[in-house]
Amino acid sequence: MKPAASNPGSGKPRLTTSAMIASIAGDGQRTKPAPFGHALVELAKQDPSIVGMTADLGKYTDLHLFAQAFPDRHYQMGMAEQLLFGAASGLASEGFTPFATTYAVFASRRAYDFIHQTIAEEDRNVKIACALPGLTSGYGPSHQATEDLALFRAMPNMVVIDPCDAHEIEQVVPAMARHKGPVYMRLLRGQVPLVLDEYGYKFELGKAKLLRDGYEVLFISSGIMTMRALEAAKALEQDRIDVGVLHVPTIKPLDTATILEACAKPGRLVVVAENHTVNGGLGEAVAGLLMREGVHPAFRMIGLPDEFLAAGALPTLHDRYGISTDALCNRVKGWLK
Amino acid sequence: MSTAPLGHNVSLERRAWNIRRHAILMGEVQGQGYIAQALDIADVLAVAYFHAMRYRPDDPDWEGRDRFLLSNGHYAIALYAALIEAGIIPEDELETYGSDESRLPMSGMASYTPGMEMSGGSLGLGLSIAVGKCLGLKRKSSASYVYTLFSDGELDEGSVWEAIMSAAHYGLDNLIAVVDVNNQQADGPSTKVMGFEPLTEKLQAFGWFTQRVDGNDLPAVRAAFDAAKAQTAKPSMIIADTLMGKGVPFLEAREKNHFIRVEAHEWQLALAALDERKPS
Repeated sequence: MKPAASNPGSGKPRLTTSAMIASIAGDGQRTKPAPFGHALVELAKQDPSIVGMTADLGKYTDLHLFAQAFPDRHYQMGMAEQLLFGAASGLASEGFTPFATTYAVFASRRAYDFIHQTIAEEDRNVKIACALPGLTSGYGPSHQATEDLALFRAMPNMVVIDPCDAHEIEQVVPAMARHKGPVYMRLLRGQVPLVLDEYGYKFELGKAKLLRDGYEVLFISSGIMTMRALEAAKALEQDRIDVGVLHVPTIKPLDTATILEACAKPGRLVVVAENHTVNGGLGEAVAGLLMREGVHPAFRMIGLPDEFLAAGALPTLHDRYGISTDALCNRVKGWLK
Repeated sequence: MSTAPLGHNVSLERRAWNIRRHAILMGEVQGQGYIAQALDIADVLAVAYFHAMRYRPDDPDWEGRDRFLLSNGHYAIALYAALIEAGIIPEDELETYGSDESRLPMSGMASYTPGMEMSGGSLGLGLSIAVGKCLGLKRKSSASYVYTLFSDGELDEGSVWEAIMSAAHYGLDNLIAVVDVNNQQADGPSTKVMGFEPLTEKLQAFGWFTQRVDGNDLPAVRAAFDAAKAQTAKPSMIIADTLMGKGVPFLEAREKNHFIRVEAHEWQLALAALDERKPS
C-alpha cells in the first residue's frame, strides 16, 4: 500500500486503493506463490479427466499456470460467465472434471442460475474456484464478494469451502477432485499467506479443526479470518486472555459434531469471525446449529456489515469494517469487560 | 387406435403423426400443456429421432449415442412423445405425464427421464451446455453429434449469443442446433417482444452454417439435417419456421398464445381431427 497525498487536516498519509491485488499478505508475512495453479497442475498430471476453464480471468485466478502446462486441456470461454458454467456442466456430463475460475462476484451474482440449474440441479462434477472472496479487493462492491457463501450455502448439492492459506489450498484442490459433485471454493491468488503449516494442519473435506485451545474465548472462523483469529489469539495473550481457534474451512456440509462439542464447553465466549456479510454465512450457520441443538454459549458474530462497502485500501477497510486483527482484539476485549 | 407401429419401414410422416398423437394424449391427462408447441415441433423431432440420430432405445446412456438437448424445457411434452415413439420410454407411461411420482414432469429434467440430457425450465441454458458437451466429445475423439432444440424466445437471452460466439470460435461442427421460430413467446409474438431478424444473416455473420426451412415440411427438414451433418469446421443452425398447433386445424386457427387453452372436451376433438389425417 503506497502512501498517496497526505490526508488534509489529519497529517496522516492516505493509502491508495487496493484493486485486484496480487497478495493479501501482510508485510513480512511468509507466503507461497499461486498455490491453486501449482496444485492443479500437479493434480492434472495424475488425473487426465481434469480440464481448466476460465472467463477471461486466467491470470487473475492463477489458472494461467495450468494453461501453460496443459494448453490443450484449457478452455478460454471469453468474458462470459453464464457460458463458462453451462459449458463446464456439458464437459462434466461427458466425463471430464472441469475446474472453472472467475471472480467470486461473477460466479455468485451473474451466473447463479446457470450454476444452480446446469451444475447443482444436474449434480455435475464441476469445481468452481473463485478469486476475490469477501473483502479482499478495495475496488468497490463490483468486486467484493460479500454474499457468495450465503448464496452457495443455499444451493442444494453444493459443497462450499473457504480455505485460509496456501498450505490449505494445496490440499483442497485434490480433495475437490476426489469429491464427486459440484464444489465451490473461495480462491486466494498470487502471493498467498502461509500460516497453517506451523500448526501441523491437515485439510479434510467437511471437517473443522481446533488449531489452538483456550478457556475464555473460542473463535470459530473460516478463510482469511482464521489467520486473523490466530493473530488475535496471540496478541490477546499479552492481555492474559486465553483464546482458542476452531477453523471451519468447509462451510457446507458443516462439521456439526465438532462445532457442537467445542461450543458445549462451559464458560467460553464463542465468536464467529467471517470475511462475509453477517447475513447467511458461517455465523448464522453456527447460530442456527446451536439454537437447533440447544447449546447456548455466550455468542457473538464478527463479519461484514449489511451494506455496500467502500472502495479504498484494504488495511483501511479491514479496520473500518472490523475484520483486521486489531479490530478483532478490541471487540473481544470489549465483550469480556 | 395403434400409435406405435414397429419396424423400420415406418414413414417420417407417420412418425410425426404418432408423436403428435402421444402428445395430445399426454395433454389430455393433465388437461393442460404446451400442446401447440408440441404439434409445431413434431416434424423436427421425427427427423431427429427417425432419420438423423444414432441411439439405442434399450440403452439411453450408450456412449456412442448422439446427444439431444432440450433447452426449451416446456417442450418436454413433445420430447416425451418422441422418446415414447423411439421406444426409450414405454408407451404406457404416457398416462403419468405431469402427475405425482411420474418420470415425465411438465418441464424436462435430466434426473427424471431416460433420454433427457439436461434440465430445462430456465430458458437460455441449452446452447451453453451443448458447447461444453461438444468440446468434451471432441476431447474423446467421439463421432457423436450434439443436437440442441431451443425456442425463438430464447434468442432474447444474452447467454444464447455467448454460446453462439463460442461455438464458432471453437469450430464445433459436431453441434447442430435447431431454433423453433413459431413466433410466439410469453408476452406475445416473438418478433414483437424483441426483434431478432434478420436471423439467417446474423447467424451467418456469427460464423454458423445456417439454413432456414419450413419446419413442418418433412423433406425440407430432413435435407437440412443431412446438410448440417455434412458440414465441417462450423457449427450448424437450422432455423425452423413452424406453425403452432400444426396437424389439428382448429388449434392452428386458434388465436395465437404462448399457452393455448384447450377445453376439456377439446382433447377428444383434437384427437379426432388428427386421426382424420392419419398417414399411411
